[in-house]
Amino acid sequence: MKFIISRYNPEIDQEPHEQTFELDNALLSSDSMLLDALHLLREQDSSLAYRSSCQEGVCGSDGINVNGKNRLSCVTSLSELGQTVTLRPLPGLPIIKDLIIDMTLFYKQYKAVKPYLETIPLDIEHEHLQTPEERAKLDGAYECIMCGCCSTSCPSFWWNPDQFAGPAALLAAKRFVVDSRDIKHIDRLKELDSPTQTFRCRHIQNCTDACPKGLSPSRAIQELKSIMVKDL
Amino acid sequence: MTFTEYFPIETFDALVIGAGGAGMRSALQLTEDGHKIAMISKVFPTRSHTVAAQGGVNAALGNVTPDKWEWHMYDTIKGSDFLGDQDAIEFMCREASEIVRELEHFGVPFSRLDNGKIYQRAFGGQSQNYGEEQAHRTCAAADRTGHAILHSLYQQNLRLGTTFYDEFYAVDLLKNQDEEINGVLVMNIHNGEYKILQSPHILLATGGAGQVFRNNTNASINTGDGLGMVLRAGYPLQDMEFWQFHPTGVSGKGMLISEAVRGEGGKLRNALGEAFMEKYAPRVKDLASRDVVARAIAIEVNEGRGCGPDKDYVLLDISHIPNEIITERLPGIREISQTFLGIDPVKEPIHVYPTCHYMMGGIPTNIEGQVVSPDQDGNQQPIKGLYAIGECACVSVHGANRLGGNSLLDIVVFGRKTARTIHETLQKEPPQTELKLNLTPVVNRLNRWLKKAEEGSTDTVTQIKKDLQLVMERGCGVFRDEPTMQKALVELDAIQARLEKVCISDFSNVFNLERLSAYELENLITIGYATVVSALARTESRGAHSRVDYTERDDDNWLKHTLYFQDNHKLTFKPVNLSPKHHAMVKPKPRVY
Repeated sequence: MKFIISRYNPEIDQEPHEQTFELDNALLSSDSMLLDALHLLREQDSSLAYRSSCQEGVCGSDGINVNGKNRLSCVTSLSELGQTVTLRPLPGLPIIKDLIIDMTLFYKQYKAVKPYLETIPLDIEHEHLQTPEERAKLDGAYECIMCGCCSTSCPSFWWNPDQFAGPAALLAAKRFVVDSRDIKHIDRLKELDSPTQTFRCRHIQNCTDACPKGLSPSRAIQELKSIMVKDL
Repeated sequence: MTFTEYFPIETFDALVIGAGGAGMRSALQLTEDGHKIAMISKVFPTRSHTVAAQGGVNAALGNVTPDKWEWHMYDTIKGSDFLGDQDAIEFMCREASEIVRELEHFGVPFSRLDNGKIYQRAFGGQSQNYGEEQAHRTCAAADRTGHAILHSLYQQNLRLGTTFYDEFYAVDLLKNQDEEINGVLVMNIHNGEYKILQSPHILLATGGAGQVFRNNTNASINTGDGLGMVLRAGYPLQDMEFWQFHPTGVSGKGMLISEAVRGEGGKLRNALGEAFMEKYAPRVKDLASRDVVARAIAIEVNEGRGCGPDKDYVLLDISHIPNEIITERLPGIREISQTFLGIDPVKEPIHVYPTCHYMMGGIPTNIEGQVVSPDQDGNQQPIKGLYAIGECACVSVHGANRLGGNSLLDIVVFGRKTARTIHETLQKEPPQTELKLNLTPVVNRLNRWLKKAEEGSTDTVTQIKKDLQLVMERGCGVFRDEPTMQKALVELDAIQARLEKVCISDFSNVFNLERLSAYELENLITIGYATVVSALARTESRGAHSRVDYTERDDDNWLKHTLYFQDNHKLTFKPVNLSPKHHAMVKPKPRVY
């Protein structure tokens, strides 16, 4: 297989450039993942930089752009990718080295939506009660692994990563807006009711297409808009 | 260039190293108590391996079946094959209900019962009334409980404004002129710059070291960094012969298939279609302790009843479980099975085989979370300023075999407890004045990796790691005996010799992952030695340590913990605690399920 990989070492390079690697098909099997191939390529060139950790799609470390689509390398089967694979860092954020991006702005936007439960203090002898139906409202939102595949596929986020929350942070915001235990429902909605937050989303739906966990940030944002109309 | 003994210094009230569930719970407490702390993590916090825990966290809430902390304590002691310290197990089980409700208050999205309470599922080794009916004790957020807990703890830390040093690697502990631990040298992975973080209280929460075996469920970051640091500082590791092989890893690959699958009714079958656990654990069958089920699978395969062209795995069948239960309670398992095996478990059984999952041993501590080491008279003394929690620690609540659902409990219980220990000490002691730190050993270590390879040498850090994993898998796996472990020890010597010679080829500063894996490899090899040397010495079978040449448990000689020191691979021993404070001692007896 042939891999065309975007390389950038800030200590040497002025800008990123492409490097082509060849990998002997004999080293791969029919069920190899892209991450397996990256590990083998690092044996050819130990300076090749990419993040990875859990190797099973739950830690969210290894988002990269694969043949033009944002994906997690550890759960992307090589067999779907053809004989030539083009790898780039996730688009729209600064590159640190090779396939590793600086996610500071992404995390800042996450933090800005106050992604933590706020409740009436309850004595430690009791849990907050929540019906299975109320709990089911969190499904599709709490499972986010913060890999950044969605926000870095969003044109609105590309334009204003410093101002627009982006799909990942808005998905997190929705998770707390719909949590029956949370007491800041209206405050959250008011803060999200802004041209730089919920209403910067144009429902292009790249985010939903990119999410490796099958979540739909676009639908979550649509639901936020409906809740605002109803509750504000 | 070479490193000299000058690095920038920052000072803190306390340092927490590792941002998994244990470190995160401690950091939350210390920040809430108003201390100036730093949370150091080699990955962004939510990438820590707690995120991969699936099944749940144990507490005797009694939401589904009647339950008491005393029954949980009994099951945990029995599960530990009586090697667990009974005072520590008692403490953990007594704290469990409160700490799980606290997690719920922090926002953890637990699955719910119709009455609105936290959903609890059946898990292996859990009983009502000291060994009778199956208990439902494992509090679950679908099959993503670790993810739910880790993210909620991170979110609460964001709320309080904890200081994070993300993508910083802790290289070594630093001692002052009085030989006391007083700081850590860290490397900023983003730019390769080193700095000293000085503090009178250093809490290790660096997680496990499953990367020492080839086939494992662990993240690639699980390289036992805290354990390596402790050994190099001259302190011991405890019970390193005890590694849990999880019965159901994805065959040939190792990803975890949660015990929750069997808790929800899944059955193991061999090539003949037999539900073989009936032979090995007639009463509780598929919900026996993990060591028992892992051995049963290995025996089925060894005796030729494995499945597939190479007869090297067994089947985990959930086809009889209703679709809506699988969708609601096991969605992550279905996803893993489809991604890595191309199998939809609703229609076809999952191919599974035991895989290295969890390290029961680790850095010895007391219930307060203080690291302890024997003095000249063999009495366990706390090491001033050094603490350990979670998988890297051995307190010991898991003994020779951990029960499913007890590790998420362990991390939050001892995370909170140890933060309180540090808080109390900080209130009593005046702030420390700056002390001189001995940097010579760590500077030598850094400089050693600046050497350039000799002409013609082709060995690499990656190749040595692969060979180490293979040696450990063959020499110290599910079943062990004297000759295979002696051979592994000889092979470890050869690997150690290669480590001393090998050089890296990348000398850049930004995200130099080759240098990082060299530091990690040094830790992994020390853990390999600790494991094999401890396992060779223990001439009995207990819990996860199964010796083919010593098949019985031997309480007369081996009801004791192993302590391994790096210096000359020395071993000493310490007694098991059999004195709980609020409950009668649970007497060792034959362990059947």
